Amino acid sequence: MYALVVGAGKVGWNLTRELIARGNEVTVIESDAARYATVEEELEHSVQYGDGSELWVLERAGIERADMVIAVTGDDEDNLLICQVAREKYGVERVIARCNNPRNLQHFKLLDIQPAVSATDLILRLIEHEVPRYGFLHLLDLPRERLEIIEVEVAPGSPADGSTIEDLGLPDGALAIAILRDGTGFVPLSDSRVAAGDEVLVVLDTGLEEQISPRFRAPEGAPASS
Amino acid sequence: MFVLIVGCGRVGSAVARKMLQEGHEVSVLDEDPEAIAQLEKGAEREWVDQGGSFTVGTALEIEALEAAGIERADAFVASTDGDNTNLVIAQIAQRRYEVPTVVVRVLDPARATWYEQQGLRTVCPTKIAIDMLEGAVHEAVG
Repeated sequence: MYALVVGAGKVGWNLTRELIARGNEVTVIESDAARYATVEEELEHSVQYGDGSELWVLERAGIERADMVIAVTGDDEDNLLICQVAREKYGVERVIARCNNPRNLQHFKLLDIQPAVSATDLILRLIEHEVPRYGFLHLLDLPRERLEIIEVEVAPGSPADGSTIEDLGLPDGALAIAILRDGTGFVPLSDSRVAAGDEVLVVLDTGLEEQISPRFRAPEGAPASS
Repeated sequence: MFVLIVGCGRVGSAVARKMLQEGHEVSVLDEDPEAIAQLEKGAEREWVDQGGSFTVGTALEIEALEAAGIERADAFVASTDGDNTNLVIAQIAQRRYEVPTVVVRVLDPARATWYEQQGLRTVCPTKIAIDMLEGAVHEAVG
Protein backbone atom coordinates (compact mmCIF):
# COMPACT_ATOMS: atom_id res chain seq x y z
CA MET A 1 0.00 0.00 0.00
CA TYR A 2 1.17 3.55 -0.72
CA ALA A 3 0.12 5.89 2.08
CA LEU A 4 0.50 9.65 2.10
CA VAL A 5 0.68 11.20 5.56
CA VAL A 6 0.34 14.98 5.95
CA GLY A 7 1.92 16.48 9.06
CA ALA A 8 5.06 15.09 10.72
CA GLY A 9 4.24 16.08 14.27
CA LYS A 10 4.18 13.46 17.02
CA VAL A 11 1.26 11.62 15.45
CA GLY A 12 2.48 11.80 11.85
CA TRP A 13 6.06 10.83 12.62
CA ASN A 14 5.16 7.80 14.73
CA LEU A 15 2.49 6.73 12.28
CA THR A 16 4.91 6.92 9.35
CA ARG A 17 7.52 4.86 11.19
CA GLU A 18 4.98 2.15 12.06
CA LEU A 19 3.52 2.03 8.56
CA ILE A 20 7.00 1.64 7.07
CA ALA A 21 7.82 -1.08 9.62
CA ARG A 22 4.72 -2.95 8.43
CA GLY A 23 6.06 -2.98 4.88
CA ASN A 24 4.12 -0.07 3.38
CA GLU A 25 5.46 2.64 1.13
CA VAL A 26 4.92 5.97 2.90
CA THR A 27 5.58 9.65 2.25
CA VAL A 28 5.04 12.18 5.00
CA ILE A 29 4.76 15.91 4.20
CA GLU A 30 5.90 18.53 6.71
CA SER A 31 5.65 22.32 6.31
CA ASP A 32 7.88 23.43 9.17
CA ALA A 33 11.53 23.61 8.04
CA ALA A 34 13.07 22.82 11.44
CA ARG A 35 10.72 19.93 12.06
CA TYR A 36 11.35 18.62 8.55
CA ALA A 37 15.12 18.61 9.20
CA THR A 38 14.67 16.67 12.45
CA VAL A 39 12.38 14.05 10.94
CA GLU A 40 14.49 13.75 7.78
CA GLU A 41 17.44 12.51 9.83
CA GLU A 42 15.48 9.35 10.58
CA LEU A 43 13.03 8.96 7.72
CA GLU A 44 15.29 10.32 4.94
CA HIS A 45 13.59 10.19 1.52
CA SER A 46 10.23 9.28 3.07
CA VAL A 47 9.68 12.85 4.20
CA GLN A 48 9.04 15.81 1.89
CA TYR A 49 9.09 19.48 2.75
CA GLY A 50 6.08 21.62 1.83
CA ASP A 51 2.58 22.81 2.66
CA GLY A 52 0.40 19.74 2.29
CA SER A 53 -2.70 21.80 1.62
CA GLU A 54 -1.21 22.98 -1.68
CA LEU A 55 -2.11 20.85 -4.66
CA TRP A 56 1.34 20.85 -6.28
CA VAL A 57 2.91 19.61 -3.04
CA LEU A 58 0.42 16.74 -2.88
CA GLU A 59 1.02 15.97 -6.56
CA ARG A 60 4.81 15.99 -6.11
CA ALA A 61 4.34 13.47 -3.28
CA GLY A 62 2.40 11.22 -5.65
CA ILE A 63 -1.17 11.67 -4.39
CA GLU A 64 -2.50 10.41 -7.71
CA ARG A 65 -1.27 6.89 -6.95
CA ALA A 66 -1.91 6.95 -3.17
CA ASP A 67 -4.11 4.20 -1.74
CA MET A 68 -4.68 6.18 1.39
CA VAL A 69 -4.27 9.76 2.60
CA ILE A 70 -3.97 10.45 6.32
CA ALA A 71 -4.15 14.11 7.38
CA VAL A 72 -2.80 14.56 10.90
CA THR A 73 -1.71 18.20 11.12
CA GLY A 74 -2.55 20.32 14.16
CA ASP A 75 -5.14 22.32 12.18
CA ASP A 76 -8.58 20.83 11.65
CA GLU A 77 -9.39 23.01 8.65
CA ASP A 78 -6.19 21.81 6.94
CA ASN A 79 -6.98 18.16 7.65
CA LEU A 80 -10.53 18.60 6.36
CA LEU A 81 -9.52 20.19 3.08
CA ILE A 82 -6.58 17.84 2.45
CA CYS A 83 -8.95 14.88 2.75
CA GLN A 84 -11.58 16.63 0.65
CA VAL A 85 -9.25 17.25 -2.31
CA ALA A 86 -7.64 13.81 -1.89
CA ARG A 87 -10.99 12.12 -2.31
CA GLU A 88 -12.84 14.44 -4.65
CA LYS A 89 -10.05 15.75 -6.89
CA TYR A 90 -7.60 12.85 -6.89
CA GLY A 91 -10.00 9.96 -6.34
CA VAL A 92 -8.18 8.55 -3.29
CA GLU A 93 -10.53 5.90 -1.93
CA ARG A 94 -9.53 5.90 1.70
CA VAL A 95 -8.90 9.00 3.79
CA ILE A 96 -8.43 9.41 7.52
CA ALA A 97 -8.50 12.80 9.21
CA ARG A 98 -7.31 13.83 12.62
CA CYS A 99 -9.75 16.10 14.41
CA ASN A 100 -7.94 18.10 17.11
CA ASN A 101 -10.94 19.86 18.61
CA PRO A 102 -13.88 17.46 19.08
CA ARG A 103 -16.26 20.39 18.54
CA ASN A 104 -15.11 20.38 14.93
CA LEU A 105 -16.26 16.78 14.36
CA GLN A 106 -19.57 18.17 13.07
CA HIS A 107 -17.72 19.93 10.23
CA PHE A 108 -16.01 16.69 9.20
CA LYS A 109 -19.42 15.06 9.19
CA LEU A 110 -20.98 17.88 7.16
CA LEU A 111 -18.32 17.57 4.45
CA ASP A 112 -18.50 13.76 4.71
CA ILE A 113 -14.86 13.31 5.72
CA GLN A 114 -14.93 9.98 7.56
CA PRO A 115 -13.40 8.62 9.62
CA ALA A 116 -12.30 11.65 11.60
CA VAL A 117 -10.32 10.64 14.65
CA SER A 118 -10.25 12.84 17.72
CA ALA A 119 -7.83 11.82 20.48
CA THR A 120 -9.66 14.10 22.90
CA ASP A 121 -12.92 12.40 22.05
CA LEU A 122 -11.37 8.94 22.44
CA ILE A 123 -9.99 9.84 25.87
CA LEU A 124 -13.35 11.29 26.88
CA ARG A 125 -14.95 7.99 25.92
CA LEU A 126 -12.40 6.06 27.95
CA ILE A 127 -13.17 8.29 30.93
CA GLU A 128 -16.85 7.54 30.45
CA HIS A 129 -15.96 3.86 30.36
CA GLU A 130 -14.14 4.16 33.70
CA VAL A 131 -16.85 6.34 35.19
CA PRO A 132 -19.94 4.85 33.60
CA ARG A 133 -22.41 7.30 35.08
CA TYR A 134 -23.13 8.87 31.71
CA GLY A 135 -25.37 5.91 30.84
CA PHE A 136 -24.05 4.67 27.53
CA LEU A 137 -20.89 4.58 25.58
CA HIS A 138 -20.00 4.08 21.92
CA LEU A 139 -17.60 1.18 21.67
CA LEU A 140 -17.42 1.03 17.89
CA ASP A 141 -18.71 3.14 15.02
CA LEU A 142 -18.83 1.84 11.47
CA PRO A 143 -20.19 4.95 9.74
CA ARG A 144 -20.00 3.50 6.22
CA GLU A 145 -21.88 0.37 7.23
CA ARG A 146 -24.20 2.49 9.38
CA LEU A 147 -23.69 0.19 12.36
CA GLU A 148 -22.48 0.80 15.87
CA ILE A 149 -21.92 -1.06 19.10
CA ILE A 150 -22.85 0.63 22.35
CA GLU A 151 -22.50 -0.33 25.98
CA VAL A 152 -25.40 0.60 28.26
CA GLU A 153 -25.62 0.28 31.99
CA VAL A 154 -28.85 -1.05 33.49
CA ALA A 155 -30.13 1.48 36.03
CA PRO A 156 -32.03 0.22 39.10
CA GLY A 157 -35.77 0.49 38.52
CA SER A 158 -35.37 0.90 34.76
CA PRO A 159 -37.63 -1.10 32.41
CA ALA A 160 -34.65 -3.37 31.66
CA ASP A 161 -33.94 -4.15 35.33
CA GLY A 162 -35.00 -7.79 35.87
CA SER A 163 -36.17 -8.24 32.29
CA THR A 164 -35.15 -11.08 29.97
CA ILE A 165 -33.32 -10.25 26.73
CA GLU A 166 -36.45 -11.19 24.83
CA ASP A 167 -38.58 -8.75 26.79
CA LEU A 168 -36.09 -5.88 26.72
CA GLY A 169 -38.16 -4.22 24.03
CA LEU A 170 -35.24 -3.38 21.75
CA PRO A 171 -36.42 -2.00 18.40
CA ASP A 172 -35.87 -3.81 15.09
CA GLY A 173 -32.31 -3.15 14.02
CA ALA A 174 -30.88 -3.60 17.52
CA LEU A 175 -29.58 -6.76 19.16
CA ALA A 176 -28.15 -7.40 22.65
CA ILE A 177 -24.93 -9.34 22.04
CA ALA A 178 -23.29 -9.54 25.47
CA ILE A 179 -23.89 -8.94 29.15
CA LEU A 180 -21.02 -7.75 31.34
CA ARG A 181 -21.44 -8.62 35.01
CA ASP A 182 -18.95 -8.68 37.91
CA GLY A 183 -15.96 -8.26 35.63
CA THR A 184 -16.86 -11.04 33.18
CA GLY A 185 -18.97 -11.14 30.09
CA PHE A 186 -21.18 -13.69 28.36
CA VAL A 187 -23.32 -13.99 25.26
CA PRO A 188 -26.93 -14.07 26.44
CA LEU A 189 -29.77 -16.33 25.37
CA SER A 190 -33.22 -14.88 24.77
CA ASP A 191 -34.29 -15.92 28.30
CA SER A 192 -31.18 -14.55 30.07
CA ARG A 193 -32.11 -11.93 32.64
CA VAL A 194 -30.39 -8.60 33.05
CA ALA A 195 -30.20 -6.84 36.41
CA ALA A 196 -29.31 -3.41 37.73
CA GLY A 197 -25.58 -2.76 37.44
CA ASP A 198 -25.13 -5.03 34.39
CA GLU A 199 -23.66 -3.55 31.27
CA VAL A 200 -25.28 -4.68 28.04
CA LEU A 201 -23.54 -4.52 24.66
CA VAL A 202 -25.94 -3.75 21.86
CA VAL A 203 -25.24 -3.76 18.12
CA LEU A 204 -27.58 -1.39 16.32
CA ASP A 205 -28.32 0.59 13.18
CA THR A 206 -26.97 4.11 13.52
CA GLY A 207 -29.55 6.46 14.99
CA LEU A 208 -31.44 4.02 17.22
CA GLU A 209 -29.72 5.10 20.48
CA GLU A 210 -32.55 7.42 21.41
CA GLN A 211 -35.05 4.57 21.26
CA ILE A 212 -32.82 2.26 23.24
CA SER A 213 -31.43 4.34 26.09
CA PRO A 214 -34.82 5.00 27.85
CA ARG A 215 -35.18 1.21 28.35
CA PHE A 216 -32.09 1.28 30.54
CA ARG A 217 -32.68 4.55 32.39
CA ALA A 218 -34.39 4.88 35.75
CA PRO A 219 -37.87 6.45 35.48
CA GLU A 220 -38.08 10.23 35.91
CA GLY A 221 -37.81 11.29 39.53
CA ALA A 222 -36.08 8.11 40.66
CA PRO A 223 -32.66 8.51 42.26
CA ALA A 224 -29.79 8.20 39.79
CA SER A 225 -27.59 5.15 40.01
CA SER A 226 -24.20 5.67 41.59
CA MET B 1 -29.80 42.57 2.39
CA PHE B 2 -28.08 41.12 5.46
CA VAL B 3 -24.38 40.43 4.93
CA LEU B 4 -22.13 38.44 7.27
CA ILE B 5 -18.41 39.02 6.83
CA VAL B 6 -15.96 36.71 8.61
CA GLY B 7 -12.43 38.08 8.94
CA CYS B 8 -11.95 41.76 9.61
CA GLY B 9 -8.58 42.54 8.06
CA ARG B 10 -7.93 45.10 5.32
CA VAL B 11 -10.19 43.38 2.82
CA GLY B 12 -13.03 42.24 5.07
CA SER B 13 -13.30 45.56 6.87
CA ALA B 14 -13.29 47.57 3.63
CA VAL B 15 -16.06 45.41 2.16
CA ALA B 16 -18.02 45.78 5.41
CA ARG B 17 -17.72 49.59 5.43
CA LYS B 18 -18.77 49.84 1.80
CA MET B 19 -21.78 47.56 2.22
CA LEU B 20 -22.93 49.49 5.30
CA GLN B 21 -22.62 52.82 3.44
CA GLU B 22 -24.75 51.38 0.66
CA GLY B 23 -27.47 50.81 3.23
CA HIS B 24 -27.16 47.07 3.85
CA GLU B 25 -27.28 45.39 7.23
CA VAL B 26 -23.73 44.27 8.02
CA SER B 27 -22.41 41.89 10.68
CA VAL B 28 -18.69 41.23 11.10
CA LEU B 29 -17.04 38.31 12.93
CA ASP B 30 -13.37 38.27 13.94
CA GLU B 31 -11.40 36.48 16.63
CA ASP B 32 -9.52 39.66 17.54
CA PRO B 33 -11.56 42.16 19.62
CA GLU B 34 -9.22 44.93 18.44
CA ALA B 35 -10.15 44.30 14.82
CA ILE B 36 -13.17 46.59 15.20
CA ALA B 37 -10.68 49.48 14.89
CA GLN B 38 -10.34 48.57 11.20
CA LEU B 39 -14.04 49.28 10.76
CA GLU B 40 -13.78 52.66 12.44
CA LYS B 41 -10.71 53.87 10.52
CA GLY B 42 -11.35 57.45 9.44
CA ALA B 43 -14.96 57.32 10.64
CA GLU B 44 -16.39 59.89 13.02
CA ARG B 45 -18.75 57.53 14.76
CA GLU B 46 -18.23 54.09 16.22
CA TRP B 47 -19.08 51.08 14.04
CA VAL B 48 -22.01 50.07 16.19
CA ASP B 49 -23.38 53.64 16.21
CA GLN B 50 -23.28 53.57 12.42
CA GLY B 51 -25.59 50.55 12.58
CA GLY B 52 -23.06 47.78 12.04
CA SER B 53 -22.61 44.81 14.32
CA PHE B 54 -19.41 43.12 15.44
CA THR B 55 -18.96 39.73 17.10
CA VAL B 56 -15.77 38.37 18.64
CA GLY B 57 -15.26 34.67 18.03
CA THR B 58 -13.44 31.95 16.10
CA ALA B 59 -14.68 31.36 12.58
CA LEU B 60 -15.05 27.59 12.94
CA GLU B 61 -17.20 27.83 16.06
CA ILE B 62 -20.83 27.30 15.29
CA GLU B 63 -21.86 29.39 18.33
CA ALA B 64 -19.86 32.35 17.02
CA LEU B 65 -21.27 32.05 13.50
CA GLU B 66 -24.80 31.85 14.88
CA ALA B 67 -24.24 34.76 17.27
CA ALA B 68 -23.13 36.78 14.25
CA GLY B 69 -26.39 35.86 12.50
CA ILE B 70 -25.44 33.24 9.89
CA GLU B 71 -28.90 31.68 10.09
CA ARG B 72 -30.56 34.71 8.51
CA ALA B 73 -27.71 35.88 6.27
CA ASP B 74 -28.48 36.65 2.63
CA ALA B 75 -24.81 36.84 1.80
CA PHE B 76 -21.66 35.43 3.41
CA VAL B 77 -18.11 36.63 2.80
CA ALA B 78 -15.17 34.51 4.00
CA SER B 79 -12.19 36.85 4.21
CA THR B 80 -9.95 35.67 7.04
CA ASP B 81 -6.22 35.51 6.38
CA GLY B 82 -6.31 31.70 6.05
CA ASP B 83 -7.32 30.01 2.80
CA ASN B 84 -8.22 26.79 4.58
CA THR B 85 -10.37 28.51 7.17
CA ASN B 86 -12.16 30.43 4.43
CA LEU B 87 -12.83 27.32 2.36
CA VAL B 88 -14.21 25.40 5.34
CA ILE B 89 -16.50 28.16 6.65
CA ALA B 90 -17.74 28.94 3.14
CA GLN B 91 -18.83 25.31 2.77
CA ILE B 92 -20.47 25.42 6.20
CA ALA B 93 -22.39 28.54 5.14
CA GLN B 94 -23.41 26.94 1.87
CA ARG B 95 -24.27 23.42 2.96
CA ARG B 96 -25.39 23.73 6.57
CA TYR B 97 -27.04 27.15 6.56
CA GLU B 98 -27.89 27.34 2.86
CA VAL B 99 -26.87 30.99 2.62
CA PRO B 100 -27.93 32.04 -0.90
CA THR B 101 -24.75 33.95 -1.77
CA VAL B 102 -21.35 32.77 -0.51
CA VAL B 103 -18.13 34.44 -1.60
CA VAL B 104 -14.75 33.17 -0.46
CA ARG B 105 -11.31 34.72 -0.70
CA VAL B 106 -8.61 32.20 -1.66
CA LEU B 107 -5.02 33.36 -2.17
CA ASP B 108 -3.80 30.08 -3.70
CA PRO B 109 -4.76 30.20 -7.42
CA ALA B 110 -4.73 26.42 -7.92
CA ARG B 111 -7.24 25.73 -5.20
CA ALA B 112 -9.31 28.80 -6.07
CA THR B 113 -9.78 27.30 -9.53
CA TRP B 114 -10.67 23.84 -8.28
CA TYR B 115 -13.14 25.00 -5.62
CA GLU B 116 -14.71 27.33 -8.20
CA GLN B 117 -15.35 24.23 -10.32
CA GLN B 118 -16.95 22.60 -7.27
CA GLY B 119 -19.50 25.39 -7.06
CA LEU B 120 -17.97 27.90 -4.66
CA ARG B 121 -17.75 31.52 -5.73
CA THR B 122 -14.06 32.21 -5.15
CA VAL B 123 -12.14 35.46 -5.48
CA CYS B 124 -8.39 35.02 -5.89
CA PRO B 125 -6.45 38.27 -5.35
CA THR B 126 -3.24 36.53 -6.45
CA LYS B 127 -4.72 35.57 -9.80
CA ILE B 128 -6.05 39.09 -10.31
CA ALA B 129 -2.64 40.59 -9.48
CA ILE B 130 -0.89 38.18 -11.88
CA ASP B 131 -3.25 39.09 -14.72
CA MET B 132 -2.94 42.82 -14.06
CA LEU B 133 0.85 42.76 -13.77
CA GLU B 134 1.18 40.75 -16.94
CA GLY B 135 -1.25 43.07 -18.72
CA ALA B 136 0.68 46.12 -17.51
CA VAL B 137 3.96 44.72 -18.81
CA HIS B 138 2.45 43.90 -22.22
CA GLU B 139 0.93 47.36 -22.41
CA ALA B 140 4.23 49.05 -21.52
CA VAL B 141 6.22 46.99 -24.01
CA GLY B 142 3.55 47.50 -26.62
